[in-house]
Amino acid sequence: MRVVIAEDSVLLQAGLTKLLGDGGFEVVAAVGDGESLLRAVAEHRPDVAVVDVRMPPTHTDEGIRAALVIASQHPEVAVLVLSQYVEERYATDLLSERTSAVGYLLKDRVAHVADFLDALRRVAAGGTALDPEVVAQLLVRRRADPLDRLTPRELQVLQLMAEGRSNNGITEALRVSPSAVEKYVSNIFAKLDLAPTDIDHRRVLAVLKFLGA
Amino acid sequence: MAAGPGGVYREAMSWMEAARDWRPTVHALAGLAAGALTGAVLGGLVLGWLAAVWSLIDGPTGGWELAGFYMVMVLAGPVLVLWATHGLSALQRERFRAVLGAEIASSPRPTGGGSLLLRPVRAWRAAATWRQLGYHLLAMTGGTAGGMLVAACWTAPVLALAALAGSWDGGGGTATGLGLVVLSAFLFLVAPRVAGNVAHADEVAARALLGPSRSEELALRVESLARSRAEVVAATDAERRRIERDLHDGAQRRLVSLAMQLGMARASLGDDVPASLRQVIEQAHDEATEALAELRQLVRGLHPAVLDDRGLDAALSGIAAGAPLPVRLRVDAGARCAPAIEAVAYFVVSEALTNVAKHAGASRADVTVERTGDRLRVVVTDDGRGGATLDPEGPGLSPPDPRAGAWAAANGGGTGLRGLAQRAAAVDGTLTVDSPPGGPTRITVELPCGS
Repeated sequence: MRVVIAEDSVLLQAGLTKLLGDGGFEVVAAVGDGESLLRAVAEHRPDVAVVDVRMPPTHTDEGIRAALVIASQHPEVAVLVLSQYVEERYATDLLSERTSAVGYLLKDRVAHVADFLDALRRVAAGGTALDPEVVAQLLVRRRADPLDRLTPRELQVLQLMAEGRSNNGITEALRVSPSAVEKYVSNIFAKLDLAPTDIDHRRVLAVLKFLGA
Repeated sequence: MAAGPGGVYREAMSWMEAARDWRPTVHALAGLAAGALTGAVLGGLVLGWLAAVWSLIDGPTGGWELAGFYMVMVLAGPVLVLWATHGLSALQRERFRAVLGAEIASSPRPTGGGSLLLRPVRAWRAAATWRQLGYHLLAMTGGTAGGMLVAACWTAPVLALAALAGSWDGGGGTATGLGLVVLSAFLFLVAPRVAGNVAHADEVAARALLGPSRSEELALRVESLARSRAEVVAATDAERRRIERDLHDGAQRRLVSLAMQLGMARASLGDDVPASLRQVIEQAHDEATEALAELRQLVRGLHPAVLDDRGLDAALSGIAAGAPLPVRLRVDAGARCAPAIEAVAYFVVSEALTNVAKHAGASRADVTVERTGDRLRVVVTDDGRGGATLDPEGPGLSPPDPRAGAWAAANGGGTGLRGLAQRAAAVDGTLTVDSPPGGPTRITVELPCGS
């Protein structure tokens, strides 16, 4: 799978290039700012772009803005945004542009190599990867709503769904049986009044409800 | 007065000493000139204005143009007098500064701009203008007289000689001549003292009338204090931003890199690696990721980039989510406040939540931020044990639980709540604590939103 990296720290750019190379990705370009990222994406048409948020010239949200441009101009290119802090506001911006083939993770997560590569593959394959911290931030903002009817455990499951995990992933994360996870998930659908039409579609709706979209 | 030769010598020396100080004399003479100038300028303007008024009342004798000229004069008169007053005040202050080395601060100009037409009206209503006019009246009369007196004292011997020379021709009495000599000698001897007293009286009058009044001085002082305080607040703010940026670009990146390297090392450990080595690498990896998380939490509390970028509302979710207890956040801030105010509000929430987590024994906290008019109101509530106080001397309320006292103590002495109150006060905000023993605790901070 072909990757473009945008990261202004030479140290981390080199580290990421090595990490992704070892993980079986082909790094076709590594750049240091948003403008170069857009040029590199247009030129190389990668499968996925890994983008740092704070880059020159303003060192604020260049990466987010570049990611939004990629999301709208190159729908076939998946975007994984990395940052030393995650902000729910940036996440909402990203998710308002697209709800698939998008990820937003703390840079810390690259330290857990296997998990990080999993998340990147998931995003490249059209899935999502939201950092648990972002999900927690979204949680502090919810007002009285149907989510209040969920038990803590069901909320936890919904949270993991929002991070982009499958039922199998949730089973592993919570160390419970697959049937228990299925029960939680169907409880969630019921409590959120999501009619049993199409399973995948309901999953997306549940997550969107959780994210307040 | 039994003055011996030594006494006379000392007297003579002290006179020489006083006479050598030429400044009071020059000052008084310059005062004479300034008084004459004041009389000419102000007198001319006032007389011209009165003449114009009188001509209008009396009915202009000339044509239509002449009436127009009088009208302009009548209207322009007060403005010209104002200018002349301010100009003369500046001149007089310069006289004090250049000759005596006495700095007389000018009274503050009425602030607030206003329209060009209203400015003279406001100036005429200012007490400072009338005090300055008062000084100029004094300068015209007393100042001129003082200058003449000093001049007369110094030139008395010459005048006396001239008079004597004249009277010899005409044949005057010897007694009169002797009287003149004695008088002129006396005047010459007291001249330095007279000059000194005239200059001193002038300075006292100028300080009272040309300088700022007590209330103006206080206003100036308050203004300068407010300015310097705002500068301190801004400097603190800038410092936090700088530290945040330095850590982001430095230590945090290195830690991410370190954790990533250790992660790669850990992932590549084969089965043949000794258990002890595996354990060391795993532990190093865990330590690095934990250090990263801790540093992130610390730096996040300083001044996050998202605060400048997207405002208070966006920035607060980070600390609310990062708190070790469940926090519910409701922000209704509307338009953005001044950056310094947002920074204080952010810091207040951050510190208050840290306090709650450390000392309150609470199971949950609520943060609400709302803007009403020009006030930003931040309320942090927790369901803990209460007994929190701002009093550095100890809890004002006697807490039923000794640990509540510990919270109060931890909040005294410039840290915790007290520090927050100081930080709010630095931007003219207030902090109130409502924390009965047994809880709940409610901290309310109100800040002026600024422009």
